[in-house]
Amino acid sequence: MTLSRSARWLLRGAMALGLAFIYLPLAIVLVNSFNADRTFAWPPPRWTTEWWTRAWDNAGAREALWMSVKAGLGATAIALVLGSLVAFAVQRYRFFGRDTVSLLVLLPIALPGIVTGIALDTAFRSVMAPLGVEKGLFSVIVGHATFCVVVVYNNVLARLRRSGGNLQEASADLGADGLQTFRYVTFPVLRSALLAGALLAFGLSFDEIIVTTFTAGPGVQTLPIWIFSNLFRPNQAPVINVVAAVLIVASVVPIYLAQRLSDTATGGRL
Amino acid sequence: MPAGPATPAVALHGLRKSFGTVEAVAGVDLEIADGEFFAMLGPSGSGKTTVLRMIAGFESPTAGTVLLGGRDVTRLAPFERDVNTVFQDYALFPHMSVRQNVEYGLRVRKVGRAERRRRADEALRSVRLEGLGDRRPAALSGGQRQRVALARALVIRPKVLLLDEPLGALDLKLREQMQVELKALQREVGITFVFVTHDQEEALTMSDRVAVFDEGRIAQVGTPAEVYERPASPFVAGFVGTSNLLTGAAARDLLGRDGTFSVRPEKIRLDGPPAGDGETAATGRVAEVVYAGPTTRFVVDLDAGARLVVAQQNLATSSADVAALRGTPVRLAWRTEHAVPVPDPVPPTQLSKESAHAYR
Repeated sequence: MTLSRSARWLLRGAMALGLAFIYLPLAIVLVNSFNADRTFAWPPPRWTTEWWTRAWDNAGAREALWMSVKAGLGATAIALVLGSLVAFAVQRYRFFGRDTVSLLVLLPIALPGIVTGIALDTAFRSVMAPLGVEKGLFSVIVGHATFCVVVVYNNVLARLRRSGGNLQEASADLGADGLQTFRYVTFPVLRSALLAGALLAFGLSFDEIIVTTFTAGPGVQTLPIWIFSNLFRPNQAPVINVVAAVLIVASVVPIYLAQRLSDTATGGRL
Repeated sequence: MPAGPATPAVALHGLRKSFGTVEAVAGVDLEIADGEFFAMLGPSGSGKTTVLRMIAGFESPTAGTVLLGGRDVTRLAPFERDVNTVFQDYALFPHMSVRQNVEYGLRVRKVGRAERRRRADEALRSVRLEGLGDRRPAALSGGQRQRVALARALVIRPKVLLLDEPLGALDLKLREQMQVELKALQREVGITFVFVTHDQEEALTMSDRVAVFDEGRIAQVGTPAEVYERPASPFVAGFVGTSNLLTGAAARDLLGRDGTFSVRPEKIRLDGPPAGDGETAATGRVAEVVYAGPTTRFVVDLDAGARLVVAQQNLATSSADVAALRGTPVRLAWRTEHAVPVPDPVPPTQLSKESAHAYR
């Protein structure tokens, strides 16, 4: 449909405004991480890399970062296995309750984090603890996995639907047994979808704060939690700014890659 | 059917397949000779594709057996059968190059790299795709993909090649070209081809024999000429060509006999010399005129109470001339032997209870 000239400019303006509203504050965080003024005077009177050095030397931040990476990797691993298994089941087989399973897998991403958090907290304290499983890093990983499964599931399901079921049939027809079919056809076709799903899952886990609050055991502090608990200490503000800047850059990369991977057709370059 | 006591390449005995309460294949017996180009023709839902999939091993029959070269393969997996399939949507592996696609069957059979490459290039040459081996399937046209699928299936020299609507996704020009090429290719490699189609013209032009499917069973098997000239049932008469049937009072009046008779449109003469010896005459009125380039089709309402389609070659007439015939009375004539008796549908005596619904 062709829009009128004025409508085009109006829509362009609205688009620019909307994006500016989201991204200008982020840009300011980045700029302020080099702002030499402790109270972030604007415009910055002088520039410095002192905050970056201080942040790097901050043991708390580094430990929290490492914790976040561990939690993210664990949740992503669980999500990859479970998400792709469910996607295969839903795509390949007709069984009783298929639509229900599909809905129940998707639901956690829509559930408020606080609900998931409370529920998991109760479960861990009243059910798992008596069984000897205390809250700790493991409970954080499980908590994150509940919603990370969804993104892997969605990516794999979309790829399976697009690539059609008869690639497996064609492979078997040409003489490949089940293992060969998986190795040469099924997995390579899914590879980029799995990678995209994994990147998104890791990203989701990495900046999660609510569920983490409820599921983290003593001594388990992920980066978002560390930021939150240091947010109101005035002398930590510049360091937090740096950490936030790092997080911005660190989350752009996987999301950008994930999008590229999802967009590429099954026969794509990656 | 080629003579000789040789074991048939494919033999189906009492083949049945139900999906839930639907009986897709309701008892099929069929023998396909070695080296034959065999067509399974039928409307969608007639069970022809399901039969093909049971030969390939993608579906296991509810009852009956599948023999390939005399060996019972009914319970074997697709990769244990010496047949290959060209899929309707080709099912090329999108992440592999054309050559890797063609090599696939050899690769999973652990054929050495050099040998693989040599045979793949040879197969690509036989379908005239040499030089495209390094492309991805996505970078090929529909016709080229079709050829890759053929090369991929033929490279492992199967005993039988199954083709599921192989030309369905191509446009008309390409389809006609591929019909000729497929036929030539089959003669060249000498492999039994079994192909499924809903296009009667395709089935008639390409195959040595045709099986016409109707509601999960075979209505007729025969050479294209047999099926076209001597249809075994009103369904076959209508599906293979134009249904031009004379029944009841019309048959009695015009032919002097009881029963159902089929007259092919091109056998009928319109407004020619009066009917001579051994010819049947009829009168009627032209209800519709359809100009189709080389021919014109006249829909004629007979005074005897039936409707016949008459096809005339446009040797000297133009579209303006033929259009003027609409609504005018005409005389028709055809050789008496061209009114072929068509047996009425088989009474459902051999139908078992669970398949009775297939005959409405």
